[in-house]
Amino acid sequence: MTTITADHHGDAHGHEAHDHHDADHKPAFFQRWFMSTNHKDIGTLYLIFAIVAGIIGGGISGLMRAELAHPGIQYLHLWAQWSDGPAATLDQAYHLWNVLITAHGLIMVFFMVMPAMIGGFGNWFVPIMIGAPDMAFPRMNNVSFWLLIPAFALLLGSTFVPGGTGNGAGTGWTVYAPLSTSGSAGPAVDMAILSLHIAGASSILGAINFITTILNMRAPGMTLHKMPLFVWSVLVTAFLLLLALPVLAAAITMLLTDRNFGTTFYDAAGGGDPELYQHLFWFFGHPEVYIMILPGFGIVSQIISTFSRKPVFGYLGMAYAMVAIGVVGFVVWAHHMFTTGMSVNVKMYFTAATMVIAVPTGIKIFSWIATIWGGSISFKTPMVWALGFIFLFTVGGVTGVVLANGGVDDVLHDTYYVVAHFHYVLSLGAVFGLFAGFYYWFPKMSGKMYNEFLGQLHFWVFFAGVNLLFFPMHFLGLSGMPRRYPDYPAAFEHWNWVATMGYMVMFAGMMVFFVNLIWSLAAGKKAEANPWGEGATTLEWTLTSPPPYHQFETLPVID
Amino acid sequence: MAQDNVAAAAPAADNAAAPAESPANATAPAAEAAPVAKVAAPPRMKPTEGIGMPKPGEITLQEQFTSTGHTARWLHDKMLLPLITIISVFVLLLMLYVMVRYRRSANPVPSKTSHNTVIEVVWTLVPVLILLVIAIPSIGLLADQYKPAPKDALTVKVTGYQWYWGYEYPDNGIPEFVSNMLPEDKAKENGEPYLLAPDNRLVLPAGRPVKLIITGADVIHSFAVPSLWVKMDAVPGRLNEKSFTIEKPGVYYGQCSELCGARHGFMPIAIEALPPAQFDQWVRSQGGTLKGAAAEKTADAAPVTAEKKI
Repeated sequence: MTTITADHHGDAHGHEAHDHHDADHKPAFFQRWFMSTNHKDIGTLYLIFAIVAGIIGGGISGLMRAELAHPGIQYLHLWAQWSDGPAATLDQAYHLWNVLITAHGLIMVFFMVMPAMIGGFGNWFVPIMIGAPDMAFPRMNNVSFWLLIPAFALLLGSTFVPGGTGNGAGTGWTVYAPLSTSGSAGPAVDMAILSLHIAGASSILGAINFITTILNMRAPGMTLHKMPLFVWSVLVTAFLLLLALPVLAAAITMLLTDRNFGTTFYDAAGGGDPELYQHLFWFFGHPEVYIMILPGFGIVSQIISTFSRKPVFGYLGMAYAMVAIGVVGFVVWAHHMFTTGMSVNVKMYFTAATMVIAVPTGIKIFSWIATIWGGSISFKTPMVWALGFIFLFTVGGVTGVVLANGGVDDVLHDTYYVVAHFHYVLSLGAVFGLFAGFYYWFPKMSGKMYNEFLGQLHFWVFFAGVNLLFFPMHFLGLSGMPRRYPDYPAAFEHWNWVATMGYMVMFAGMMVFFVNLIWSLAAGKKAEANPWGEGATTLEWTLTSPPPYHQFETLPVID
Repeated sequence: MAQDNVAAAAPAADNAAAPAESPANATAPAAEAAPVAKVAAPPRMKPTEGIGMPKPGEITLQEQFTSTGHTARWLHDKMLLPLITIISVFVLLLMLYVMVRYRRSANPVPSKTSHNTVIEVVWTLVPVLILLVIAIPSIGLLADQYKPAPKDALTVKVTGYQWYWGYEYPDNGIPEFVSNMLPEDKAKENGEPYLLAPDNRLVLPAGRPVKLIITGADVIHSFAVPSLWVKMDAVPGRLNEKSFTIEKPGVYYGQCSELCGARHGFMPIAIEALPPAQFDQWVRSQGGTLKGAAAEKTADAAPVTAEKKI
């Protein structure tokens, strides 16, 4: 592992012990893609993986919206015949619903957003942005990626084995005990838990790698306070991963032993407590939502600055606002548990602490707008996605302030209002960040320009679709529709139908994306080193598009 | 109307334990309470369209029938909703302004400004102030919700099962009876919303304080009635308490609100809030006893108020 010693201020070369002399010498196919130690190739693998998982997770949400378009059970019993055999009962069909919501949540969180944000863009651009030749632990980087494959296989495979009433794990992505212990007989939930364990191990290894890389491998002159905000965001995210995931691992290990070895950590009959699981889960789960959105913050900061041709406004405030969000994010977890019967003082504390997060978030929103202020804006595709991100994240953020009020949450908890809220910050926040980043860096990663018209069309169709899809969910939640229901009283039909129409519009938008992706890879114009002009000041734009297989054999010096 | 009570009489019959006990209970209270031999249950109350249930195409909270509900709804409708709307519109307008004003064709040369301490302090402090303004009524609401129930509150034990609810009245000696969802045809027949209507309702007195002790038998469920601002998890091994006073007689629907397995979406809740006298009548019809002298007094007044309130 000579790479470790090739830290910052190091020599101009010698970061890899291999015998190649040419910076663009690539290994043969199998070695290159299956035994990779190259951060860019691993980043590409992560992005491909995330796109595949996104298609599956997004397809599942399509099934759910189809079922929910009208009251009554439309298709669920038919799908259950595939998953549970031709004699599937109605209860098995209902169980299948729970399997779908569980799979959608877990896939989107662990196998789409996280791999794309951190594994994909993080791997690709963190080393380049700090002027490093590669990640600190290139082989561990490869392990991080390849652990995701068995993890995903276990999760998908769990849908074909018994999990209680029917096949598959129907516990929700939160895997609450005792539904996930005594309430789900059969191997499906064990497989899902194991899947989380492996995905968690993958993320912990990745986090260690990013922290080491960022702290030790910055090019001469690249002080922490000069790092691009995307690197800052990945650094904070990596710390959140490192501190939060072991808690999840502990929580789900106890689930496993409760399920299989007769322990009673979460069983009141044996002196345990089902609420303990929820505390542990959300101690991980709340930082997890910042893990998903912080890299998006970083991406948006880079893009806003690039296309406004201005440095980021209030750089230090922006960096430390992310640190503050990360720190406070660890002490607000029980706002996910307002209706579990906690004492009034605990509820008051978690109400107040949660509202505090709005302050650093506000700083970020206003700083982005101030970055644009006085700029010279060009509305290229990445910029419109970033602008969309700022507005939609604001909308998702303010409903978070409503939900933070423990007393108000008593009626909104576990309704579609919550579904609307977290899809505005994730499906419209994190995902807009992902698309912004994808269009921003696509020319750099592929060496080809995407099609600008299709990119803009993708944005507008998708923007209309997701708003039509998720905004009515606020109404459903306010008027009382609970989450995770395969069927609903007739009064909720109108907005559910609108939401399903929104899904179809969004789906059309995604088709535009895939057409653009395939067309651009096949026939896109060749991209220059810096297609974005003088606003793009970070190091990746000093390299060719795509960058050489090994960059910075001579370390850049930052003044 | 009086013939409608077929279903309401069912609770005792549906329950495995109740039938054996009811005859004994029915005679026992007769000695100490009113001189009635056999009391008929009050008729099953018809729900009012749009009250205690969601309205088609509704975009806001359901009408509230408890004092916490009024406070909370006020906090949401009059404070939080306007505030978040103003903030979102403010951000949108700012964005539209900068997008138009600083587009490349209008402003080819960007400024180099990247700091302004005053404005950074302002946009940190103003949100803090706004949050403080929200926090005061919010914390007040929480304190209000946790006010302990008065001593004379009626205690009812609510138990969540996969996938139905059980209700027990320890104060009145009414053993647990269960509440299952009505099938679609039955609900239609009754003129009740399908998926919201159960066979046996949780019968409570209107205008009297009620204390629910909520627990789960197998997995976690959540007892939720939006129009009473009630949502409390039913956790195995825990006794959660929720107290409130329903302001008006009526039928208030709710649904299980914590994922509890296959039929999570099919274990609805209905609270039937009766005028106190009718509630007492219902208690006696179930073979229950009225507790204390206070209860006896209302029992005497029963015939009068019952006629009036219906």
